[in-house]
Amino acid sequence: MMRGYAGKLLDVDLSSGSIGETRVPEEDLKNYVGGRGLAAKIAWDRLGTRWENVDPLGPENILLVLTGPLTGYYPGTKVCVSGKSPQSNGLVGSTVAGEFGVDLKCAGYDGIIVSGRAEKPCYLFICDNHVEIKDASPIWGAAARETLRFLVGESRKNVSRIRPRYGEVKEPSILYIGPAGENRTRVAAVMSKYSHAAGYGGYGGVMGSKNLKAIVAKGFGPLPDVYDNERMLHLARRFAEDCLENVWFRRWGTGGGGYSFGAETSSEPVRNWQTEWHNRRSYRREEFDKHWVKKNWGDFGCAMTCLKLAVLRKGRFKGAVCDNPDYELEAYVGTNLGIFSPEHNIYVSYIINELGLCGIQGGAVLGFAAELYQRKILSKKDLDGLELKWGDPKAFAAMAEKTAFRQGIGDILAEGVYRAAVKLSEKKRVNLLKYAVQEKGMAIGAHGVRSGRDFISSSIAYACSVQAGDHTSPASPIRRGDRGELSSILPDSGVYCMFAAFGPTDREILDFYEAITGWKMSLREWYGEKALRILQLQRAMLLLGGPDARWRPGVDDDNPPRFWEPLPSGPFKGRRLRRKRFEKERREYFKAVGWDENGVPTEKTLRRLGLTDLETKLREAGLVT
Amino acid sequence: MAGEDRVWIRRNYEKCSGCRRCEIACSLHHEGRIWPEASRIRVLMLIPGVEIPHLCFQCENYPCVKACPAGALSVNSGTGAVEVDSSKCTGCGLCVDACPGRVPHLHPGRNNIVICNLCKGDPACVKECVKGKWGALELVPAGSVASRRALAKTPMELTRETALKIMGEEVLKEALG
Repeated sequence: MMRGYAGKLLDVDLSSGSIGETRVPEEDLKNYVGGRGLAAKIAWDRLGTRWENVDPLGPENILLVLTGPLTGYYPGTKVCVSGKSPQSNGLVGSTVAGEFGVDLKCAGYDGIIVSGRAEKPCYLFICDNHVEIKDASPIWGAAARETLRFLVGESRKNVSRIRPRYGEVKEPSILYIGPAGENRTRVAAVMSKYSHAAGYGGYGGVMGSKNLKAIVAKGFGPLPDVYDNERMLHLARRFAEDCLENVWFRRWGTGGGGYSFGAETSSEPVRNWQTEWHNRRSYRREEFDKHWVKKNWGDFGCAMTCLKLAVLRKGRFKGAVCDNPDYELEAYVGTNLGIFSPEHNIYVSYIINELGLCGIQGGAVLGFAAELYQRKILSKKDLDGLELKWGDPKAFAAMAEKTAFRQGIGDILAEGVYRAAVKLSEKKRVNLLKYAVQEKGMAIGAHGVRSGRDFISSSIAYACSVQAGDHTSPASPIRRGDRGELSSILPDSGVYCMFAAFGPTDREILDFYEAITGWKMSLREWYGEKALRILQLQRAMLLLGGPDARWRPGVDDDNPPRFWEPLPSGPFKGRRLRRKRFEKERREYFKAVGWDENGVPTEKTLRRLGLTDLETKLREAGLVT
Repeated sequence: MAGEDRVWIRRNYEKCSGCRRCEIACSLHHEGRIWPEASRIRVLMLIPGVEIPHLCFQCENYPCVKACPAGALSVNSGTGAVEVDSSKCTGCGLCVDACPGRVPHLHPGRNNIVICNLCKGDPACVKECVKGKWGALELVPAGSVASRRALAKTPMELTRETALKIMGEEVLKEALG
């Protein structure tokens, strides 16, 4: 008997309207666990043979929403969204917080596979085994508040119909997209609550391409049986206690970083990464604190509750609501846009969230456009009459809206930094890629690597990540105690929150996994075999890429051009990455994970891991020789 | 337990983080497993950011007990909590309609109502909330509350009141209509 898993996936084809169930073989669960790992396996099985021809925004792509065996039991819950990414053209495991994963498991499903494309805007409604494709035309075009008002209201009624006399029905959990997703932008997130987002990967656009506005889930069952309840609870309590002792992070969350990553570590994007240092005291956490409602904000089971609720109660932007904002948004729709006022940052974060844009991808492309305006490469006319001046919250909010709706210049910005740079380079007959701070089609996280003082400090962090620009999955040379990118595959596949997991060791997490599933796993088995196998799959899909862009192995495993320039200001002024050292680290890393000098998985590696179909495919594509 | 030692769970809605660790603690205590819908305390989130931990208010006049046609509900003379005799409860839902807060709900796996029984005076949910210093739930002497009945409101009423305090009128209007 399977423990910790509900035992089946919901398998929905929106083209035909068919709703079915799929059972994942136990062997695959043991090897790929859940979340990111299982997504890689399912996507490869369903799309692998034609990967390079699959348009991520076409009906042939699949959208995956997967929990993992640790989801709900671990004191910090996430759910993983995946599929072929319209940003990297590979596969990204993109996680988002909320109760969705718990509701899904309590409804009897470990995850959802959505294929095809609905004829009309729809949403998927799940209440235990009642699954329906419902009309979403009343909310097509709606932003977050209106979308949630409609879905919470209608879904509570629908649940009441299924369970009459139940009493007050608790709202179901909801994943949804804003206009940015509907309009198939490549910078759209899959949203949860008002401001939680699965941003990396661009799966909001994938949902939009399927005419799928939302997925609503309500589960009335318990979480699945576990193998050793007492041991599971004992460990969960320990993990929770670790969180409770983390006074600083509980107090500030990542939102404490908006000032310090600039002033102290010189690793924060400022004006589209023209520098990474600022010393604006107006941006200190205490200044943000003035706008925080004095409560922590968390999701199911979370003992950390690192988010805070920020509300603008007065002033020009009265009514804006978001979380802290967390550090990534403090940076990308703050300092990166020349905004150093917490009030303005909260306002732009709110707009970004309402539109369903990814804060990182959206903020990056807005900053990129603003730099082109600063350099007079783009004129006011090019920007449809908008003056994109650094620090102007109204201008950036207006441009965000144009991007989400693909209006005017927004149609180009909606393609994300990389593709917008390619398009505008052609239009302006000048190479603009040097201003595009991105990695393989994705804007990178708000953590520069030049100063070497950020917690992401390896020069190969983004260049060699199979999740491209994802700062939560950075590569680093595999040395004693450092597992490189493999370490992020555990939380992303077990599907729990890494921000609530600073305390436990990997061994303790595997003990927890064992208490839940009853399946033993050694560190060697995980890091030497299973996580490594997931990495190969993701690397293969990233290299196969297509159809609109393909990355050259080795050549494109590089840093954005700007990262090779010396830091222009601040205490680390002049500091730069060294090409020789970068190449040495990259070589070392490739070798450690079983790749050749260009980062292509070797025949030997693939055979050892039993991935011969990958080998065949990579050989056909001319990658393995 | 004498009447004057009775406890009551005070809720500070503005401080609830929405972590729902109270639901986990409650379902572990009563069901031996994590089962959010079976929890006697349920966190409703009709507006994200406005989380309402909802559980029995122990009204002084116990309208639910009076409304039960099956004699399934009674008041524990020690704690003052409402006890459900699940062998008598038919799941008719009349107690839900009688409750000014619409608190009772059906057990998700059985056809009977569940209501918070204060864990014999030492509620698991409060312990969890206090341990995490969230400040949303607090144990106070029942006698310190002027009227418990006056505090009993539906999730929608409580959401409106709390949202007004946290977010203001304009947001409330857009968020709830």
